[in-house]
Amino acid sequence: MLMKAVYEIRWHGRGGQGVVTVAQLLAEAAVREGKYAIAIPYFGAERRGAPVVASNRISDKPIRSRSSVKEPDVVVVLDPNLPFMVDVTEGLREGGLLVINAPSPNNLPFKGLKAAVVDATGIALSLGLKLAGLALVNMPMLGALIRATNIVSLESITAVVKNRWSRRVGELNVKGIIEAYNKVQVVNL
Amino acid sequence: MSFKVPLTPISRPAKASVGKTGLWRFLKPVIELKKCKKCGLCWMYCPDIAVTFDEMGFPHINYDFCKGCGICANECPTGAIKMVREGL
Amino acid sequence: MTSRMDVKKLVLTSNYAAAYAAKLARAEIISAYPITPQTTVVEKLAEFIERGELKAKMIRVESEHSAMAACIGASATGARVFTATSSHGLLYMYEMLWWAAGARLPIVMGVVTRAIAPPWNIWTEHADILSPRDSGWLIFFAESAQEVLDMILQAYKVAENEQVLLPVMVGWDAFISSHTAEPVDVPSQEIVDEFLPPRKSAAFLLDVKDPVSHGNLVFPDFYMEFRYLMQRGMESARDIIRKVDEEFGKIFGRRYGGLIEKYRCDDAEYALITLGGSSGDAREAVDKLRENGVKIGLCRIRVIRPFPVQDVVECLSNKEGVIVVERDISMGLCGVLATEIASVLFMNGIQPKFASFIAGLGGREVSVEDFLKMLDFSLKEFQRGNKRVGPHWYGVKEEVIP
Repeated sequence: MLMKAVYEIRWHGRGGQGVVTVAQLLAEAAVREGKYAIAIPYFGAERRGAPVVASNRISDKPIRSRSSVKEPDVVVVLDPNLPFMVDVTEGLREGGLLVINAPSPNNLPFKGLKAAVVDATGIALSLGLKLAGLALVNMPMLGALIRATNIVSLESITAVVKNRWSRRVGELNVKGIIEAYNKVQVVNL
Repeated sequence: MSFKVPLTPISRPAKASVGKTGLWRFLKPVIELKKCKKCGLCWMYCPDIAVTFDEMGFPHINYDFCKGCGICANECPTGAIKMVREGL
Repeated sequence: MTSRMDVKKLVLTSNYAAAYAAKLARAEIISAYPITPQTTVVEKLAEFIERGELKAKMIRVESEHSAMAACIGASATGARVFTATSSHGLLYMYEMLWWAAGARLPIVMGVVTRAIAPPWNIWTEHADILSPRDSGWLIFFAESAQEVLDMILQAYKVAENEQVLLPVMVGWDAFISSHTAEPVDVPSQEIVDEFLPPRKSAAFLLDVKDPVSHGNLVFPDFYMEFRYLMQRGMESARDIIRKVDEEFGKIFGRRYGGLIEKYRCDDAEYALITLGGSSGDAREAVDKLRENGVKIGLCRIRVIRPFPVQDVVECLSNKEGVIVVERDISMGLCGVLATEIASVLFMNGIQPKFASFIAGLGGREVSVEDFLKMLDFSLKEFQRGNKRVGPHWYGVKEEVIP
């Protein structure tokens, strides 16, 4: 499935939304499929709400670079307000994909991009995926990402998520993944 | 760069030095003033000093800085505060 | 009536000389925790304050970590600050040392050098003062009580220079300096005031009327710039130290030569390198060898940070051989001075014969005879064609080593 030697993903979210966790889970799922993968968090101001970034590299060969992803194949944006604060598509490769949490593809502040849009906040709220006042949108965004890219299979993701959390929480997270997997819309902005 | 660093970093007191934290919110508190008894609990519990009073003594939310934590809605004894989803 | 040129000749230990220096510098805040062999420095200062001879506030604390923290706070308000410590006390304040330097605070601290436990030992060794050499403190080292007094006065002048604004520690040896009494010329307050006016410089000031906070998080995109500025302060300090020494010489009639003190060095074929209170014995040894026709000189390191790169290069570039004798060991490598001098020589393409000795750890005496033995041994090895001698643990009792 891999199109090039190293497939690079950059996650944009806010402190508390689970960006670091979701990047780790994606790496685990890729490793489970026999690939090489790393999840690289960037620790900045470690406080809730501040913009945060994490990166993934996935490859058929061992990965050597630990530096941040500067020219991603995919950018995942967990918070619809982030594009107003951070240049989330900076360095996105020609023909790259934006996966974004938004209620609809209308009025997104991007042009000339292929985007996968899903209302991850709505999904999280309807399922009760909340923690300390924040909607846990990381799992729905993971579902949207793998549907739009096929970077790993839904089975692998389900397995690592269930391995990470106890039965009820694991089930709930898997529900969030599957709902977004089914609802994501791929559009050209 | 016209900006030059000082010899050692210092900071001065500033209002909301990380900017308008209202952008962090995905649910916003909306107060139904008809149900409000002006008890002031929302003001007291707000961790961000984002509740102010008007001249009548009714509370109002400063949406520039309210992060949408929902504590006011949780504490309100008359159910006058509802958390409402915010669209993009 | 006293005149400005009046000099009192007192017989003082280096510790008392340090206390007189802090008093003459009009230190406004003193905070320290007692530790042998430093205690008498602060006791004397407390006495000066008690008798009304020094208008200073003594902040009593429960540890050296707090002592340095108090000095940091006080210095950040613009006050002139003094403290003193030794050995474990210096190690206990290690974290705060870095805060003081990073905050660019011109604190001056006396360090009575003492070995580090275990085994418990209160005698001289330079392991303590050499430990924080990467922290951003300027590190000076005196040989005599007179030099301790003069160096502390100079230290304030250097630390408070706008181009430096870094703290300074002034070292002297436990007991062989700290508690050894010798004649000291104590200058008048008037003339010291001329040399050292009240502190004016600051990187920032804590002021209730204009509140600021210090110690902020700085992200990777700017941290390096602040370290660069500290290094620039260090680099500038070399010239400032030389100028301050010159100015001091003009006013007080005593000069030390800046970052290193050279003794019979200019026409020498060999140079002995030392640090601190044993250098007098080294000088005697040099004289004895000179009597026997050996062209040898002494280069005493007065400033460890900033390292006297140019001075060492100039002094050693034409030497046949260099012999370093030092009271410290960087475990797992060799002596700190030998490492640093070898590195400076290498980076400047100078390759003399080189001998290195670890001597006098834990206060073991290093006398004239000891220096003569080490020099004799080195010169013989050099003559036999050995270009690299040591590092040797001089005088270690092989017979008790299991």
